[in-house]
Amino acid sequence: MASDDRAILVIDDEPSIRLLVLRALDRAGYGAIEAPSAAEALRLASARRPALAILDLGLPDRDGLELIGPLRDLEVSVLVLTAREAVQEKVAALDLGADDYLVKPFDTEELLARVRTCLRHRQAARGEKSRIVLGDIHIDLDAHIVRRGGEEVHFAPKEYGVLAELARHAGRVVTHQHLLLTVWGSAHAQDIEYLRVAIRALRRKLEADPAQPRLIRNEPAVGYRLMEQE
Amino acid sequence: MNPDDPDAMRPSPEALLRSATREGRGRLKVFLGAAPGVGKTYEMLREGAERQREGADVVIAVVETHGRADTEALTRDIEILPRRPIAYEGHRLTEMDLDAVLARRPRIALVDELAHTNAPGSRHEKRWQDIEELLDAGIHVYSTLNIQHIESLNDVVASFTKVRVRETLPDHVLDDAEIEVVDIPPDDLIERLKAGKVYIPDEASRALNHFFSKSNLSALRELALRRAAQAVDAQMLDYLRSHALVGTYAGGERILVAVGEHPGADALVRAAKRLADALRAPWSALHIETPREARFTDAERTRLAANLGLAATLGATMVTVPARSVFDGLTEQIVASRATQLVLGKSQRSWWFELRHGSVVDKLVRQSSGVAVHVLPLGESGPADHGRRTPVPERWQDYLWSLIAVAAMVLAGRLIEPLIGYRSTDLLFLIPTIGAATLYGLRKGVAAGIASGLAYNFFFIPPRYTLTIYEPENVVTFFVLIFVAVLTSQLAGRVKAQAEIGARSARENAAIAGFARTLGGLSEQGETARTVCAEIARLMDVNAMLLSRSDGALVITAAYPGAPELSAIDNAAADWAWERGEAAGRGTGTLTASEWRFHPLRTALGTLAVLGVSRSDAGNPVPATRAVLFMSLVDQAALAHERLKLEDDMREVVALKQRDQLRGALLSSIAHDLKTPLTAVTAGVEALEAEPDSAQLLSTIRAETQRLRRFFDDLIDMTRIEAGAIHPQPEATDLTDAIASAVHDVKGAREGRKVRLDVPVNLPLVRTDPSLLHHILINLIDNAAKFSGEGTEIRIEGRRERDGLRLAILDQGPGLPPGREEELFGTFTRVEGSDRTGGTGLGLAIVRGFSEALGIEAHAANRSDATGAIFSLYFPQSLIIRPKEQPLGK
Repeated sequence: MASDDRAILVIDDEPSIRLLVLRALDRAGYGAIEAPSAAEALRLASARRPALAILDLGLPDRDGLELIGPLRDLEVSVLVLTAREAVQEKVAALDLGADDYLVKPFDTEELLARVRTCLRHRQAARGEKSRIVLGDIHIDLDAHIVRRGGEEVHFAPKEYGVLAELARHAGRVVTHQHLLLTVWGSAHAQDIEYLRVAIRALRRKLEADPAQPRLIRNEPAVGYRLMEQE
Repeated sequence: MNPDDPDAMRPSPEALLRSATREGRGRLKVFLGAAPGVGKTYEMLREGAERQREGADVVIAVVETHGRADTEALTRDIEILPRRPIAYEGHRLTEMDLDAVLARRPRIALVDELAHTNAPGSRHEKRWQDIEELLDAGIHVYSTLNIQHIESLNDVVASFTKVRVRETLPDHVLDDAEIEVVDIPPDDLIERLKAGKVYIPDEASRALNHFFSKSNLSALRELALRRAAQAVDAQMLDYLRSHALVGTYAGGERILVAVGEHPGADALVRAAKRLADALRAPWSALHIETPREARFTDAERTRLAANLGLAATLGATMVTVPARSVFDGLTEQIVASRATQLVLGKSQRSWWFELRHGSVVDKLVRQSSGVAVHVLPLGESGPADHGRRTPVPERWQDYLWSLIAVAAMVLAGRLIEPLIGYRSTDLLFLIPTIGAATLYGLRKGVAAGIASGLAYNFFFIPPRYTLTIYEPENVVTFFVLIFVAVLTSQLAGRVKAQAEIGARSARENAAIAGFARTLGGLSEQGETARTVCAEIARLMDVNAMLLSRSDGALVITAAYPGAPELSAIDNAAADWAWERGEAAGRGTGTLTASEWRFHPLRTALGTLAVLGVSRSDAGNPVPATRAVLFMSLVDQAALAHERLKLEDDMREVVALKQRDQLRGALLSSIAHDLKTPLTAVTAGVEALEAEPDSAQLLSTIRAETQRLRRFFDDLIDMTRIEAGAIHPQPEATDLTDAIASAVHDVKGAREGRKVRLDVPVNLPLVRTDPSLLHHILINLIDNAAKFSGEGTEIRIEGRRERDGLRLAILDQGPGLPPGREEELFGTFTRVEGSDRTGGTGLGLAIVRGFSEALGIEAHAANRSDATGAIFSLYFPQSLIIRPKEQPLGK
């Protein structure tokens, strides 16, 4: 499963959490290293070049958010651990370039699923995948063609823009802000209603039951996630 | 007072208060002299030096040695603080640097010349105000003073020395001061004067030659010694009262002084103050507003304002009554205030005036019993009295109408003359005469009278068409007409003026009552502040603002008509009013350079706000004639602020009490709900150690930790609600999203129950905080799952309803106890016997707390179609977003 030979860096100041995460990763076959502080994390990241860092934002020496940039610069993917109620923190982390976030306390299964998504995307990013398959939905990003069960589905330009952006980050959360900026531009960065309407249209055209969406999942106050079928 | 009376032994509250204020405050010691040259400054320096030798920290804040060598020698060993230079009209003046002294904080500061007037541009008008500030800062002050500068003795001194000093000192400054009389025999002083040892400014020397006569100096010396003895008496009395050693107290005296526009009325005020001091009685200054006031010259108005101002400065209670005459006003007020001593002035009027009007004093003495009447001669009217009166506008049309009326009577007379004869037609001419006098006043009345006389003569009295009169009775008719005109117009004029004053007084009273009523109806601080400003601006015809303290600085809380720009001096004046609880700024004694006049809103709870008023034309915002109205308005505003503050405090107390109860309940809940799953987990882990392979145990542990997790989430949410730490960030939210996420997140809790969604996908978007809504939905779904058995169905419905939108969560549980539906939203309310399902009872309280923060109405009811409960969320119209034009592009 661990197709990347490089290690996963676990950054947390709580020894018991580090131990649990390391054990889980170990069981799943990943090689893991640990850092109790931001300074140690940066040292290890540049020395060992891990594929992914699991980053707890509450670090003793620095705000975890400040680590995201340097880690990204070292081509390390970042999975952030945050407290449940800190919506702003989640959005900030994603905007700074984190790949995804996980709310504490978390299930081990959930953690491993997110780790898998992050690592898969690292590979995908290298090869710039242009065809995405989600169940019976086929998205061809180069040809701008979306088929559902073989039938071509037509979208308004903005609807397609949102879908393409979600497909490029399939499995991961894309913030409202990011979608609005890339699809509508900075003049409409606050017009979240536009996004809601586009998402409705997408669901009407792609979901089996638009009232109980399974494909485009909402993360309250953060963004949308295009679900991958595992 | 009966010594057995327990009250008599108790210290009087005022006396205790006064000694309490004295503690921590600096003491003022005044070196009082009868005249310049007695050696006050020398004595002050000598005592300062002595204190310094004893180890006290003494500085010279300001001392004038006037080049005297022996005095200068004394200053050498004491630290001298530099003075503050002030440039004024090209002169370079220096004044005591008040802030430097405050910053230096000595134990004792030596400040010469207590009665000194500061250069314009200083913080205070008078040095004694600077000294009050030093005393407030806990610094002891030594100062010097000549007896003739004391406000209440000013007249007495001037009466025999013929020299009036301009710089006077309010008596109250000396109330708590220690007074040391610097006394040398008059002969020695004259000796020193001749030897050139007394400093006298050149321009004053001629006038002062008379001043330094032996008889004058003796009298001044006696005054000084008496004043010092009086101060000692007062302080002794204070001491006795605060220690409850009172023997006798001459209570019940109340002094009333009538203050008018007469030039000598200031002397009356000072006399009343002396009387009040001597009797230790409260005193009021009475201003009687008579119709005559309408005809005051500007000089008279200014004098009246100054006299009233003086009384206020000296500590009188101010009373203004409108009355037809001085006599009426006085008799009325004597009864109303139960005065026992009356101080009156008697002007030196002509015998003619007294004959016509009667002497007020004579009438009063005859009519009022039980009141001691003090009569003082008033100064003769100065030339200023014949100065400019505010002119009554003359309208030539009025004359024209008067003459037309006369002409009409001539016509009418000619018509009826054949019937009644010419002699009776004279009565017709009374009509235009009285009419003009009543409607247009004296001059037109007289003009109509003369015109009538002439017209009657010309047209009716034989020989006709001449102005010649043969019969004496016709001469009488002519003069009677003019006399009637004069009399009528005077009567009418007086009635009119009285009515105007009455109306004005009624207007002011109505204004105050209206103001109080308006404020009484308000229950919110900001609105009250705005209303106070707008109303005072309207009633006083000024710009108004309110300031209050926020984060250590005074900020404007409301202003009318617009928010003003405040200069540094304005801010200083506002600060002063706030800090000291005294008026400051334009028209007061402090920081007069400010364009604004600031009044503190003082209440029993302290100063709650500062009211600032100014006029756009930079005039005095509170002219003397409106001072009484203004102070009533300030009082009302202060009362309103006090009431709101009390209400706020009360609300806070209630909220605190509720929070306390909640905290108690929370603690017991934590004890129960935290211990139960922890016990299960601990037991499970222990069992695992003994029996390592048990899936059953593991799933128990997992379930219990899940329960703990939910509980912590609830606790955190509840704490946020309780702490008021919810700051919703509403955004356009799709309810489909919200419901789907919530259903997804309560997967564990709803195990075994089917969730059916009945939410149309085309419901409008709502403006709400998606995270808070998420928590509300989680709690509601969780709650529905908890109270209904496995295999049941939970239905979630969304409907447009009225102008809003309703989300409902329906379960198939046992339903709710009828009539107690709303109670469920209280903290820790649980349906009886529901403990088995676990959970804290916090869930619905969180729903209620978050809903309220979002403006969503949360309701609970029983289902009408089946057993089970409905919990519903109603989004009112204001939260619904009308669909915009499709922004999806072509």
